[in-house]
Amino acid sequence: MLRLEPRREPSKAMQVLTPVFAVALTIIAGLVLFTILGKDPFRAIWLIFFEPLTQTYALAELTVKGTPLILIGAGLAMGFRAGVWNIGAEGQFVAGALAGGSVALALHETAGLWIMPLMCLAGMLGGMAWAAVPAFLRTRFNANEILTSLMLVYVAILLLSALVHGPLRDPEGLNFPESRLFSESMTLPILIEGTRAHVGFILALLAIAVAWLFMERHLLGFQIKVQGQAPLAARFAGYSEKRIVWLCLLTSGALAGLAGTIEAAGPVGQLVPALPIGYGFTAIIVAFLGRLHPFGILLGGLLMALTYIGGEAAQIAMSLPSATTRVFQGMLLFFLLAMDVLVGSRIRWAPRQAAG
Amino acid sequence: MPEPLLELDGIARAFPGVLANDDISFSVGKGEIHALLGENGAGKSTLVKIIYGVLRPDAGAMTLRGKPFAPHRPSEARAEGIGMIFQHFSLFEALTVAENIALGMAPELAKGDLRGRIVEVSTRYGLRLDPDLMVGDLSVGQRQRVEIVRCLLQDPQLIIMDEPTSVLTPQEVEVLFETLRRLAGEGCSILYISHKLEEIRALCDHATILRGGKVVATCTPAEETARSLAEMMLGESLSPPATDRRTPGEVRLRLDGLSMASETQFGTDLEDIALEVRSGEIVGIAGVAGNGQTLLMSALIGEVRAARPDAIRLDGRPIGRLPPHGRRKAGICFVPEERLGHAAVPDMSLTENVILSARMRKNLSRNSFLNLQRAARYAGDVVARFGVKTAGVDHAARSLSGGNLQKFVVGREIMQEPSVLVASQPTWGVDAGAAAFIQEALIQLAKDGTAVLVISQDLDELFAISDRIAVIANGRLSAADPVDTLTIEQIGLRMGGQARGRANAPGAAEPAHA
Repeated sequence: MLRLEPRREPSKAMQVLTPVFAVALTIIAGLVLFTILGKDPFRAIWLIFFEPLTQTYALAELTVKGTPLILIGAGLAMGFRAGVWNIGAEGQFVAGALAGGSVALALHETAGLWIMPLMCLAGMLGGMAWAAVPAFLRTRFNANEILTSLMLVYVAILLLSALVHGPLRDPEGLNFPESRLFSESMTLPILIEGTRAHVGFILALLAIAVAWLFMERHLLGFQIKVQGQAPLAARFAGYSEKRIVWLCLLTSGALAGLAGTIEAAGPVGQLVPALPIGYGFTAIIVAFLGRLHPFGILLGGLLMALTYIGGEAAQIAMSLPSATTRVFQGMLLFFLLAMDVLVGSRIRWAPRQAAG
Repeated sequence: MPEPLLELDGIARAFPGVLANDDISFSVGKGEIHALLGENGAGKSTLVKIIYGVLRPDAGAMTLRGKPFAPHRPSEARAEGIGMIFQHFSLFEALTVAENIALGMAPELAKGDLRGRIVEVSTRYGLRLDPDLMVGDLSVGQRQRVEIVRCLLQDPQLIIMDEPTSVLTPQEVEVLFETLRRLAGEGCSILYISHKLEEIRALCDHATILRGGKVVATCTPAEETARSLAEMMLGESLSPPATDRRTPGEVRLRLDGLSMASETQFGTDLEDIALEVRSGEIVGIAGVAGNGQTLLMSALIGEVRAARPDAIRLDGRPIGRLPPHGRRKAGICFVPEERLGHAAVPDMSLTENVILSARMRKNLSRNSFLNLQRAARYAGDVVARFGVKTAGVDHAARSLSGGNLQKFVVGREIMQEPSVLVASQPTWGVDAGAAAFIQEALIQLAKDGTAVLVISQDLDELFAISDRIAVIANGRLSAADPVDTLTIEQIGLRMGGQARGRANAPGAAEPAHA
């Protein structure tokens, strides 16, 4: 019988290398999968993982898709470190997009450099407000934030839909459920001419730097880690669990909200019911892929963005099922978690009788 | 030597990185009480797990009544007449005694008039037990009786007892010993695991002494002194801790009317605790586990706040409502009982672990940003001064052995030079060398003028280092009396709940009555 035995001190090098192995295993499993589907496996893997890296346009797209993933992932990782499981970033993303977008729509005849920062601020507040609900329920009634934050995702999506069908609908939009298109002061400046790469990516890089400083050098980051690893030790030190729960949920909510505003004010340019496409959930994978470490999340976010772009390209070029992207993202998380188990413990073959 | 019941021949078992048992051979005679003596980590637990079928040996063989014996699982060992009383009980608090006993037995044995048999066995061996009581309402000593009766109902020929007295009052220990002697008289063998030397001298016929996984000596305990046994166990000669008394100074820590409801369902509430600890003295709090020590420690640390600020005073300043770091800043430091997970974060480095409790007093942060260089230097100082064996301060707390981690935790607090230090079970589960070192450090700290409060279940330790001892029983604290006016028996009576009223004139040491 196989048994898992915890290792005394897991190897640091292995902890860094697991995502690399997980990607390799995902590619191998992908090869097998495509062979079974009767498609050219090597071409498919090439299209998904490598071809996007050879084209400027695709590289720019990488930053467009990566921006929300990195922003949300950085916030979620903070909470995951503390044992605060915010699963509802998708909802906070929508709430942020709604708040930021509402500011844009309210000011649609104005212009000025101050509008964009105001939208971002509103987006962060919107995301925070949405995340404040699970924070309150957890700290006041000990309600599980996994459930409450997840349920609020659907509330947010329906709210967005209701608002773009009603008050926020474009009066000149022929009754389509869409808001007005944002004007120039309300859309993010483009970084590289001819692509969609926008300054939101700079914000994401900034967020990563701040997150690193916060988690590795600031007392609050330290408190978060202690709370997550040894709650009793956090109590011994005198860290307030409630404060940490609020801090984590509000911060991850703010970053998800910011990502929502950036998405609306960047590649989309208006509020539409189809704005949320799962970044909030994919960012959970990003957070774990990046070892909950800010720099890891930067790489993880770009990698997941790659699977979006490459997956789409492969779907079109080889007429693959539309589930391809999701399947790859799922396999990646699966292999990653499995590798983690092996880094933390070793497998021992023990004769069946010995298991007491 | 009576005819052997169980014989071990060359038993060996390795775990990754350690050889827990190395060529162990000895035999237990029929009707013999055989001690297995050794420090923590000497390999006692591994060995009994092999005998009880929880683990299998890598090499070696056992014979039971002359026949080869190699149990694959505990049920096989039980079927061969081997019973085991673990140090930690496996009982359901919300079920009755009879239900608990039935649950732990083979189904065919639990049939019939189980209740009647429980009453019969418990009266025969002087282990009074009401089968209809809820286990949650029983004292720890009574819970142990449930385990013993469960074991006896299966007609064992060999009973393995793992540190059975660590949870008992001295009086309860006497009752247990009588039971064990009677069982041995009836021909039942007992393998008695302990590191308490006096007990082994009083009870056991033979002793096998383990050190570093090997048998280093066998002896007849009654012919040895506690000191010679300890030296065999440790492999080095011991010097007793210096016992010169210190002159207490002014009151540093003062508890007055500290009451608190337990956070858990079957926990013990604190009732009206009063105590004074003066500069330069060590006050011990004795008591059987589960009598409110955990909550008292939480209340002192500030993990749970007192109802009134002045229930706890530090140098006259009310601190009952302050959070832990506020109390540390005011000058009180703590060593909680649980090293891994409470006093230290297992997966964090020693550097990070000093930030946990020494940030305030050692200025390990500035404007809420951590000063990792300072923290690493302080961790290095602790490691150097307390002789902590580690490959470096950037290694995880988990990688240290129990004794080394405890030295680190104690050192981390002592080197903050607090005016009051509170330590719970400071030498619990550490090797004798580290224990002696820690006790010396506490004594030195008191000499330097700190008021030291030690909560411990180890009476020998308290008598060795304390100036005064109070007893906690059922959430109430007795007066703290000078050690030279107290006997083990008096402490034992108070541990059993027959404490005198609490000290009404704090600090006044009345002579104890016999």
